[in-house]
Amino acid sequence: MLDVAIRKPDGSTAVDWQHVGLRTAPPLPVAPALREVLPDGLRRGSTVSVSGSMSLLLALLGAASGDGAWCALVGFPRLSAEAAAEYGVDLSRLAFVPAPGSGWTTAVGALLDAVDIVAARPPRGRGLAPGDVRRLAARARSKDAVLVPYVSDSWPGADVRLHAQAGEWSGIGLGRGRLRARRVDVVAAGKGTAARRRSAQLWLPADGGGVDQAPAPVIDLAG
Amino acid sequence: MDAPRRICVWCPDWPVAALGVDPTEPAAVVTANRVVACSHAAREHGVRRGQRRREAQAACPTLAVLPRNEEAEARAFEPVVAALESIAPGVEITRPGLAAIGVRGPSRYFGGETGVLHALSRAIAPLAPDGLLGIADGSFAAEQAARRGLVVDPGNSERFLAPLPVETLDLPSLVDLLKRLGIRTLGAFAKLEARDVLARFGPDGAWAHRQASGRDDHPLAARRPPVEFAVTLDLEPPVDRIDTVAFSARGTAEQFVTDLGAHGLACTCLELQARSDNGEETVRRWRHAGVLSTVDVLDRVRWQLAGWAAGPNGPTGGINRLRLVPIETVPTGAHQQALWGGTGAHDERAARALARVQTLLGHGSVLAPVLDGGRDPGQRTRLVPWGDEPLPLRSPEQPWPGQLPAPAPSVLLDPPRPAQLLDATHRPVVVTDRGAMPAPPALFGLDGELTAVTSWAGPWPVDERWWSAEEARRVVRCQIVDVRGRAYLVTGTMTDSPRWQVEAVYD
Repeated sequence: MLDVAIRKPDGSTAVDWQHVGLRTAPPLPVAPALREVLPDGLRRGSTVSVSGSMSLLLALLGAASGDGAWCALVGFPRLSAEAAAEYGVDLSRLAFVPAPGSGWTTAVGALLDAVDIVAARPPRGRGLAPGDVRRLAARARSKDAVLVPYVSDSWPGADVRLHAQAGEWSGIGLGRGRLRARRVDVVAAGKGTAARRRSAQLWLPADGGGVDQAPAPVIDLAG
Repeated sequence: MDAPRRICVWCPDWPVAALGVDPTEPAAVVTANRVVACSHAAREHGVRRGQRRREAQAACPTLAVLPRNEEAEARAFEPVVAALESIAPGVEITRPGLAAIGVRGPSRYFGGETGVLHALSRAIAPLAPDGLLGIADGSFAAEQAARRGLVVDPGNSERFLAPLPVETLDLPSLVDLLKRLGIRTLGAFAKLEARDVLARFGPDGAWAHRQASGRDDHPLAARRPPVEFAVTLDLEPPVDRIDTVAFSARGTAEQFVTDLGAHGLACTCLELQARSDNGEETVRRWRHAGVLSTVDVLDRVRWQLAGWAAGPNGPTGGINRLRLVPIETVPTGAHQQALWGGTGAHDERAARALARVQTLLGHGSVLAPVLDGGRDPGQRTRLVPWGDEPLPLRSPEQPWPGQLPAPAPSVLLDPPRPAQLLDATHRPVVVTDRGAMPAPPALFGLDGELTAVTSWAGPWPVDERWWSAEEARRVVRCQIVDVRGRAYLVTGTMTDSPRWQVEAVYD
């Protein structure tokens, strides 16, 4: 890389080309409640695997989509557009590819070219070839997209792995009330800067839809 | 520079006249509870523009109150515009009921302004019998002249406008301010220094100032007679392979796009018609978020023919005719990409990638979600093929009583999966005719696996569309949480041996 810098008359550096060449694309934002597990947002070019809850996936897309990012969901069953909208996903920038069949890898690869966040569920039955997994991660990195595989176990080579452990529902009793909110433990682990395990207690969904931070449960000893 | 001399046609009370109301009948067109136009008979009874509906009705009890229909106004005005076009090109329509043309050209042809007036009144009289004509320098002065049926001599526009009240300017807030400043006529307003007006009243005020002094020489946005932009491709002999049709259509599509481009237009909505050798036809409208290019047009040809061939009403013979009709066009200038956000290059790139995946996997493989109206979560999400217009069938904003409040379930099961809901004695949970559950659910089974129910809510009866034999639906809904913490939305029929189904999962 060229060692060039544009300097102001007083000698201070205005533009340093060494840094221009580096990754400058800002990360995609995440909902405030998710900042505990993803403090830097969704870094472009990374692979963030999600497991345990479809709501977590929608909550992850919400803030970025509301900020203008395009999202595609590949290989998912019928997800509710209403729930997606509750999490803040802009439906005009959302596309579904429900049944790509044997063209799964091609479709995900083509979408990574121009769509900011590609959430993809690997086809059931046969696993993906390790080469495909590597190629898709490389594609995401070179195109500054975010690949979000939705997996049941783990996705090899994910930069961040998010896992949701569903907890109790609130607002519903025995024949009274209704489902209002669910307490979910979200754990993030990964490699590099994400190597430190982070966890958060969330309402997912929160009362009225969306995602929110949940206070630690009060243990009722007297009861 | 002097403002160009114009002849203006004004059809009084056009919103009323366009609705086909007899001018001798008192009638008024009302929007947002205010009278926007009234017939001559109504005016004689004391009905005025800007009155509330009640005031107008009090002034004239026999008043017919009509809602405004701007499309009808435009439609009815079209023949008038056509008549103007037959006299001179470059008709400028201010709004339905008011249009202007430059005088210079036609007055040479007709031998003076009087000749043009004669020709125009002959052309317009059968279409708009009340229409008035006026000539002046500048469009504002011409409009005012037409409202009074006057011909203002060249160079006299300022003098003509000077005694008119400031209310003539169609800017209520500015007029209010001017009156409080003691400026009551256009002449007094025009005497102010243009620089000071701009500084105090901004660009709107400056524009009004130019109008008041008869110097509004704004360039004519010429309306050209519409040109036939639709293109047709005849295939002889008929072709039965889609890619061959698409290949043959390349030249036609290119002509379609360049024809529009040559007129400074770009197509945003396109109607594509295809006919087979045996007479079957397919017609579909394709809307595009951006401007359709040749490649986009060809893609749509391919998708539509593929969908047609695969569908139940597919063609039985080869395709012998293809027709492209532009439905909506935008001036190319208006479609410049937004600098920040909007339909930027980024959005276009994403849309192109999705179109590419659709070509790879076939039409209908990429879907766009639409929020639809309905009581069930399943009805509220609809997926339409990418490229089709994502419009809801039923408005989601309407109240849908009985719809579940947020949060919505994230996963919908389509079709619903059969489930078991058993009470403590392992018998199916029954819902009585009155929507009661004598034995509460204790066990929930999906895919043959039974789990204990920890909490539940409902039953909430849904009695939908009872007026229609086919669509009537009478079920109850329950929310069930099982011992693993998974929540389901289930529906059951209200019969002695109920059928329970899982509609959606709160995953």
